[in-house]
Parts: sequence; structure tokens; C-alpha cells
Amino acid sequence: MSAALTAPQGAAHARILGVGGYRPSRVVTNAEICERIDSSDEWIRERSGIESRRWAAPDETVIDMSLAAAGKAIAQAGLQPEQVSAIIVATVTHPLQTPSAAAAVAHRLGATDAAAFDVSAACAGFCYGVAMANDMVRGGSAEHVVVIGCEKLSDFTDSYDRTTAFIFGDGAGAVVIGPSDEPGISATVWGSDGSQYDAITQRASWIDVRDHNVEFPTLTMQGQKVFRWAVWQMAPVAKRALEVAGITADDLDAFIPHQANMRIVDAMVKTLKLPEHVPVARDIRETGNTSAASIPLAMERMLEAGEVKSGGLALLIGFGAGLVYAAQVVRLP
Amino acid sequence: MAASEQEILEGLAEIVNEETGIPTSDVQPDKSFTDDLDIDSLSMMTIVVNAEEKFGVRIPDDDVKGLSTVGDAVSYIQKASS
Repeated sequence: MSAALTAPQGAAHARILGVGGYRPSRVVTNAEICERIDSSDEWIRERSGIESRRWAAPDETVIDMSLAAAGKAIAQAGLQPEQVSAIIVATVTHPLQTPSAAAAVAHRLGATDAAAFDVSAACAGFCYGVAMANDMVRGGSAEHVVVIGCEKLSDFTDSYDRTTAFIFGDGAGAVVIGPSDEPGISATVWGSDGSQYDAITQRASWIDVRDHNVEFPTLTMQGQKVFRWAVWQMAPVAKRALEVAGITADDLDAFIPHQANMRIVDAMVKTLKLPEHVPVARDIRETGNTSAASIPLAMERMLEAGEVKSGGLALLIGFGAGLVYAAQVVRLP
Repeated sequence: MAASEQEILEGLAEIVNEETGIPTSDVQPDKSFTDDLDIDSLSMMTIVVNAEEKFGVRIPDDDVKGLSTVGDAVSYIQKASS
């Protein structure tokens, strides 16, 4: 018989140890958006709840924004960058096919030996990252994992498309996940529905751009299809996440859904029959839809505003292009 | 037994009222969802899904576009449920 392998020893449990966000300085109002589309501030507010969003500077990258958010999260966790053993960047707007944004973030942070990779799960990317980080810490492959959701969607938005131009924003949010004595992250309820692959998609592949001279491929979305799916397919996913966490909606201290559209958030709250005492993240108003960054940005804002206390239980749910989704309950840092 | 046109109209009016606050008495067959009742596309999707549940029918996205008046929706639901 060949030699026995040593099995990894992970932590009994994991939790979020710190959170940090980065919002670019430039505020873009609905009025500015309407310079390029036939729409109005009132129409945009009614349809989406968005009043303004942030756009990164032309020379500000996904890597720069990720770095800013990660630095804050690591400091809040009371760690040094060299104690980080893995970095996951959830993004769909890092403009290089390879290498990953995460590898550059690790280097610039000073997390020199950290494993680093990007995740492509669109607006569910942050929750996918949390799921993996939880399992990595408990499985023994990492001690402290930084999960970053970061998007520069302004680079991939068609500013002349009146159905999407007002929706997207830029930003980054990060958490540090590490060992804990008590369970701090529930099992994740996740999945995909590739039959709706075209519901939200980049308009053309890079090969089409090269061979068929098509325009730079921005994102396109079948709004009503996505709305229907998000509201009625995601509520049962959120309910299952509560079940696997062994809690009820009454036990929640916050509901932090992906900030896709205020109308989706409102409809979800109604479909879930969420108790009125549970505060709901509505960061989209001043942030727009920042895809993978929306949940950690909203989490940071709710904690800073005192809407929810450190140690509270929050239900997170991300859903987006793929279509893909993920939900879990976490104890807030 | 399938619901009568009047029953569908009443049920639909309740759904519209719950989503938009429009009085049920205003939800009449000749009314256009967009022009008369000022219902936007997202509210329309909410109404459609609630109607699917209430009447046990399936209304695909492509068919929703063809339902311009309340009467169109009533006829569609009746046909689909019979």
C-alpha cells in the first residue's frame, strides 16, 4: 500500500471578520444620464428607485477599486495583509481575459503568498465568493480569505440604451472571512439556470469583435424577463437559505439582497412576507446596480448608518447573468 | 369549472388594485393598461404573475405584450383556463 496522505485540518466554523467599501468620487445624476437617452429623472426613479450612481474615473480600474475596499476590510478585521491566505475577486468588468484582477490585488496589498483568482458569477459573484471562502476556511485550504465584489460597469454600459443606461454603477466592496468559534456563515443555497443564458449578456464575444468588426460589446438585458425571474424564482431560494440556516425571517436583523432595482427589492420583500422590523438594504438609490459589489457596499452602509448592529444576522441573496443565484445567512462583522 | 368573464374581471381588478392602488371599479374591459390605467411594464409583470397564480394559467412574456386592454387580459385568461 502506498503512503497515506495527511488530510487538511480546517477551522470548526467561519465568519465575516471585517467589511469595507469603495465608492468612486464622481456622482452621476439622472439628469446627466438623460443627456444621452430619451428619459427623465422621474421615469428613472419610478422604474428603478435610482437617484444617482457613482462612476469611476477613466484611469481607475477594477484592481484599484478592489484594493481600496480590501484594505478597509482587512484593517477592520484587525489583520495585516500578509496574514491573508487567499483573495477572490468577483467581477465581470475586469477588462483582461487573463491574468486575474485578484493576482494584482494580492501583490499590491502585500498579501504576497496569497492564492488569488477571479470569479465570474455576475451579480451573484459576491455570494458565490462567500460560499467558497467559508468552505476554504473550514476545509483547511486557507485561514483568512478576502472576498471582493468589484465592478466598473460604466465601461460596459451602452449610454445610449434607454433600458439599461441608468441602471449600472461602479464600486467595490470586500469582506474578510476567517476562523470562528461559532457558526457565522450558513450553508449556501445556490444554482444556475442556463436556459436563460441570453437574459443578461455581453452583446458580442471578443471573437466577433475581431472577426466581424462589431462594436465594442456592452451589456444588454431583457428587463421584464429578469424582473419576473428575480421576484418569483428568488423568493423561494431566500426562504430555503433561511431553512438551511435553521432560522426564520423573524430572527433576521437585516435583509441585504443584490441591489438590482428598487422595484425588485420591494417585490421580493412582499413575496417573502418579510416582517416589518427587518431593515432592508436600499443602497441602490445613490449607488445604482453595481453587480458583484452591491451586497458588500450595502452591508457596509447599513452598519455605518446604524440600521443594523455588528453581530446581527443578515440574509444575503445575489442573482444575475447566467442566470445564476446564491443565498446565505451571515453574522455581520 | 372555469371562471366566468365577470369573475375573471373581478379577480383581475383586485390584483391591479393591490399592485397599484387603482380602485377596482376603474378596472373595466375597455381600459388600456398603459394609456388609461398608467401601469408600467414592471407593475404589469407583477400583475401577470399574480394572475397566473390566481387563475392557474401561464402567460408567456411574448403574450403579455399583446394584452393592451383589461378586456384582452380577461379573454386571454378565460381561453387559457378553459
